[in-house]
Amino acid sequence: MLSAEKKKELEEAIYAFVGKPIGPPFTGRDVVNEPMIRQWCDAMGETSPNYLDAVAAEKSPHGGIVAPPMMLQAWVMQGWEMHEGYDEPKNEEHRLHKLLTDAGYEGVLGTDTEQSFSRYLRLGDAVTADTVIEHISEEKATGAGVGYFITTRATFTDQNGAELGWMTFRVLKFIPNQPQQAASDDDGAAQPAKPARIKPPMGHDNSWWWQACTDGKIQIQRCGGCEKLRHPPRPMCGACGSMEWDAVESSGRGTLHTYTVIHYPQFPGYEFPIIAALVDLEEGVRMMSSISGCDYEKVEIGMPLQGVIHEDEDGFALPIFRPREDSQ
Amino acid sequence: MPTTLKNEAVIVGIGQTKYTKNSGVSELALASEAVRNAIDDAGLVPSDIDGLTTFLLDNNDEIEVARSVGIGDIKLFSRIGYGGGAATSIVHQATMAIATGTCDYVVAYRALNGRSGQRYSQGVSGDIVTSDLIHWSWYMPWGLLTPASWVAMFTQRYMHEYGAKAEDLGQVALAMRNHAVNNPDAFFYERPLSEEDYSTARMICEPLRLYDCCQETDGGCAVVITSPERARDLRHPGAQIRGVACAAAAEQEQMTSFYRDDITTLPEMDQVAEQIYAQSGLGPQDIDAAVIYDAFSSIVFFQLESFGFCKVGEAKDFVQEGNLSAKGGRLPTNTHGGQLSEAYIHGVNGIVEGTRLIRGTSANQPERNDHVLVTSGVGVPTSGLILGQLT
Repeated sequence: MLSAEKKKELEEAIYAFVGKPIGPPFTGRDVVNEPMIRQWCDAMGETSPNYLDAVAAEKSPHGGIVAPPMMLQAWVMQGWEMHEGYDEPKNEEHRLHKLLTDAGYEGVLGTDTEQSFSRYLRLGDAVTADTVIEHISEEKATGAGVGYFITTRATFTDQNGAELGWMTFRVLKFIPNQPQQAASDDDGAAQPAKPARIKPPMGHDNSWWWQACTDGKIQIQRCGGCEKLRHPPRPMCGACGSMEWDAVESSGRGTLHTYTVIHYPQFPGYEFPIIAALVDLEEGVRMMSSISGCDYEKVEIGMPLQGVIHEDEDGFALPIFRPREDSQ
Repeated sequence: MPTTLKNEAVIVGIGQTKYTKNSGVSELALASEAVRNAIDDAGLVPSDIDGLTTFLLDNNDEIEVARSVGIGDIKLFSRIGYGGGAATSIVHQATMAIATGTCDYVVAYRALNGRSGQRYSQGVSGDIVTSDLIHWSWYMPWGLLTPASWVAMFTQRYMHEYGAKAEDLGQVALAMRNHAVNNPDAFFYERPLSEEDYSTARMICEPLRLYDCCQETDGGCAVVITSPERARDLRHPGAQIRGVACAAAAEQEQMTSFYRDDITTLPEMDQVAEQIYAQSGLGPQDIDAAVIYDAFSSIVFFQLESFGFCKVGEAKDFVQEGNLSAKGGRLPTNTHGGQLSEAYIHGVNGIVEGTRLIRGTSANQPERNDHVLVTSGVGVPTSGLILGQLT
């Protein structure tokens, strides 16, 4: 990663490109012509007689052969030499890309384009493109890696200077994410810790409950004054005001009050999809948990469930519910 | 109505805990004990209390204290920032609430493990276990980590109880989008949504699909509020607040009030509705348009029912046939496109739109605009208001 200072330097340099033309306007080497139209239509599977059949096209509203609008950029493409331009920049766009490449933003991905067409091109039209670096985003974190989105806008004009259309094209210049290290050469090197589920913070009001899970029990807090059961645990009884309490062990028998199947987003440490479940325990309290051992498409509200203590690989224990067969 | 706070409120009870260097109990236990002692000292019972105010820095949420102590419905929850400067300010808050008739009995409190826990003298220390963090920890280990997952739990039960279908939720998403396509400010301006786009979008948390969920947006909104006298001299027609109220209902949790007998309604929003209808002397039949908080499509259902536009369980029928549309619908709703299709500015864009509706300048302006309802977040302690033409 770049130091803050280097990054500031880089950003100053790249943002100076915004608003600049990539070079002088470029006029296509060939005027609009039938052979190029035919070749393009062949490649694209385009069969409209307006593009291909001089006789039919003459009777059309166009009064003669026209070029497919989507070809607009094809008339001004500059060929292989520009592809080579990344190492020895031939225009401002490539200079901008090189600055980023040299700073480690080596990847490039086309992300999206928008095009607009003002009129059909007729045989003999000469197309000129004037391309400007329109926008550079702030640094973004993407799935491919961190980088900058660069938008260029080409404006196309004809031999009389009238606008034919425009096109924006956006690329991401980015630092490619490092692929996950496969099995390390020297075995026994520290493996990164396997992600695990988020742990509850342990405080006065809840750590005893989690400790009971570790001991294999699902507990329900019971008021020391009026014996009312409550869950999740709290320090005072809302019914009688007593701060005395103990706990009873739940049978784990319950029914499903409601649930959701969580598909997205997928956090590390959990297996998706998750069937998150709110369970009415037979003791009369409701408990948040999840369901395993059941296809999520078969889950339904009211189904009988049995809670068990599940222990993760890292030793963390919590109640999980499974479908219960004896439904009496 | 009082014109000053003079003589409007009196301190009638005091309570405290022991003062130690190591309490050995949670901050919530300290707050609960102090609050309970003050209520006892005043000769009241917890259910008399209908307002709570404390420091922004306090780690004990008003609703956590309310649940712990057995305080039921509350009409004032209030936090004052600025460290120790809040001390007499929380009494000020309580006094205003009393003077205006907002509350009958307000408890102002502060409790902290200032030595054994987070010591201000030590700067930022290690993990601090607050009641709020413990609240979330009853959900996080099982993977319930996002608003969509919390709301999905209520939605699933609601659909089970009342037979609402995915395509009924879709009516909300489509209605919002139809408004957004006409609103140049909206993210989805000129980008319509088809029923097929809606129903084939990826599943997020069942039954909520992508377009049942609001956007995430960078942006901001603000409104200026003044007195009716001043408002009359200003440029634009004023949107006068006919009624405004907030509420947290018994057994309230943040987004996970899962422990009420019935989790298919919003008692806190019912109470907001009751309060603002009573203040304004209006009812659902008087509301010409609404901005209903739509972080998710399904929460519009709950609110249509809370505000009496239809009976409980009947929102699925109400949303059909263009009833939410600005084009002749019974209740033009989220004429800006809502948070689903305009932008997610935490509901404040809804207050801006409500004002536009009263002025007659919405991108989807309905004909009638005498009274507009605006609501706030769902599943949390919440609020709502009714705007009307300045009189």
